[in-house]
Amino acid sequence: MRTEKSPVIRYVALRAVPFIQLYALYVLGHGEDGPGGGFQGGVIFASSFVLMALVYGYGTGRKGAPEKITDILAPAGCVLYAGIGLICLLMGGAFLEYGRLAGEGASEAAKHSAHHFGLIGIEAGVMITVTASMITLFFEMARDAHVDHGQDDDDGEDDDA
Amino acid sequence: MVAHLPVLTIMIPLFAGLFMPLLGRLNRAIVWPLAVGALGFATFGSIHMLVDVATTGEAIHYSFGGWALPTGIGYRVDLLNGMVLAMIAGAGLLTSIWMLRPAQKEIPDEGRTSYYAVFLLCCAGFLGITITADIFNLYVFLEIASITSYVLIAMGGRRQALYAGYSYLIVGSIGATFILLGIGHLYMRTGSLGMADILSQFQADTSLYTLSDVRTAFAFFTVGLAIKMALFPLHGWQPSAYTYAPSPSSLFIASTSTKVSAYAFYRICFGVFGLAFLTDGLPEIRQIVLVMSSAAIVLGPLIAIRQGDLKRLLAYSSVGQIGYIMLGVVLLNVDGLTGGIIHFWNHAAAKGSLFCVAGALVFRTGSSRVSDLAGMGRRAPWTSAVLTVAGCSMVGVPMTAGFLSKWYLAAGALEADYVFVVPVLIASSVFTAIYVWRVLQLVWFAPKDVEPAVTSEVPWSMRIPALALGAACLVFGLTPWSVDLARSAAVALGVGS
Repeated sequence: MRTEKSPVIRYVALRAVPFIQLYALYVLGHGEDGPGGGFQGGVIFASSFVLMALVYGYGTGRKGAPEKITDILAPAGCVLYAGIGLICLLMGGAFLEYGRLAGEGASEAAKHSAHHFGLIGIEAGVMITVTASMITLFFEMARDAHVDHGQDDDDGEDDDA
Repeated sequence: MVAHLPVLTIMIPLFAGLFMPLLGRLNRAIVWPLAVGALGFATFGSIHMLVDVATTGEAIHYSFGGWALPTGIGYRVDLLNGMVLAMIAGAGLLTSIWMLRPAQKEIPDEGRTSYYAVFLLCCAGFLGITITADIFNLYVFLEIASITSYVLIAMGGRRQALYAGYSYLIVGSIGATFILLGIGHLYMRTGSLGMADILSQFQADTSLYTLSDVRTAFAFFTVGLAIKMALFPLHGWQPSAYTYAPSPSSLFIASTSTKVSAYAFYRICFGVFGLAFLTDGLPEIRQIVLVMSSAAIVLGPLIAIRQGDLKRLLAYSSVGQIGYIMLGVVLLNVDGLTGGIIHFWNHAAAKGSLFCVAGALVFRTGSSRVSDLAGMGRRAPWTSAVLTVAGCSMVGVPMTAGFLSKWYLAAGALEADYVFVVPVLIASSVFTAIYVWRVLQLVWFAPKDVEPAVTSEVPWSMRIPALALGAACLVFGLTPWSVDLARSAAVALGVGS
């Protein structure tokens, strides 16, 4: 079924995307002392790509997050996470003991801020991986429907399957 | 760095598995050495920890991020799980070496990097289930291990493999749900997820054992884990999964997966609910497990006798073997538990070698029909020798590993006044002897005019792991140290002799 989404939807969706992504970053940063965090942030971030694909079509949505990039980002987030864990370990602490990132004999305040940065760092790693995985999941499943209907929707047709 | 071995042993295979798609994109040749290296490190780490625990006699604790238990998440290694860790890592290492050639043959090119990645994640999942000191983490790792197992089974590209993987997925998810419900009930009652913390609450107040939600929790754990370990009669998913999976997957999953769930049952019994729950709190559970495991011990080998497919035959024999391990929990004395614990290693070695042989058969003939073994002894003497040793160990011939397991279990059964377990063990040995003899007769005494389907010996990369596993069957049978380790582990569980 080829239907063009109404101009209102196209206009609003396009302008909503940056706000969704900004909100995702807010949820990421907020996760340390409230509900939120890397997983939720990642899902929200990925939803902006899903929105683009729903309104502007499979091809346009995938152009924003090419398979090559998401395939690299998914493990890259894990590298970030494991890397921070290992650095804590090399600095003499336990795995993921972020306070150690401030270095030997640092003040309590420095340890405290190192703890924040460590936590945000691993949450960012989680977010990158979750975003990439969610995008991959959505587009892998959408591809079958896309191929079944033989649509070519780079110019903004919708994939209503 | 030795203090960090508990975390590194889990994290290195885990993250190696996660990075593998990235590295495999750069260079495909790096995938196999990376898998072998990561599991080599895990093997080194787990053996080092086991030796450490055995010499100092104290468990190793590790807390993440410096948060002490039960607030934080922690790992704990004692003799029992040290042995299981060494078993998983060792089996993983040998499988990863062994799979170099079969994976090229059985796994489609485009999926091979992912196959290695999923394999490493599966190893990390099993290691994590074993090492964790926190029941929720146990569940998380159980999910990692289960989901990767479904993929490992389904990845061969055969249609039956997809079906076997899917039915395991459905049944396995039901099992995992039961386990999660059990954890939920315990958390509701005790407000804690740390194993040691829950145990100390039970020990402080044994009246908790009479509460119905504590008993329900134990029932959920028992059913969930019985599904996961394919304990008779909940073994329905297992034969097809082992038969249709690609050879490397069946080798690894058969030698570790069900035993890790059996270990989890040990840990839930002794490390979470406590010994008193089995003796006083709900003694009926011992009868139930006794009936299930005795039935498994007799019926597993009995069904195996009439199988025409080598992998399916071995799968049914695994159904029987898991019964031996569960028998240890029922008997609750040092001898019985020694038999159960030592069987983790003995069965991993014997079943590992036998699946190496089944894999060699698939590698050479493309199928795993028992009849294709005819005359293999003439063309592939090494592989056939491994088959012979491991087969003897399954039967329980003296001087092989299997004999010791059965000996200690029988001794434990007599001490515990479960006299009828002895004829059960003997019947099982007789049935096992029948199918092992049927296989060995084909291998060594096929008529001269039969042209062997296995035309030549397998490559060294497959022969060395098979020989190592076969040698392990003999080493565990001839030297006393593995039994000594198992005995100290049994004593540490606190049962009376």
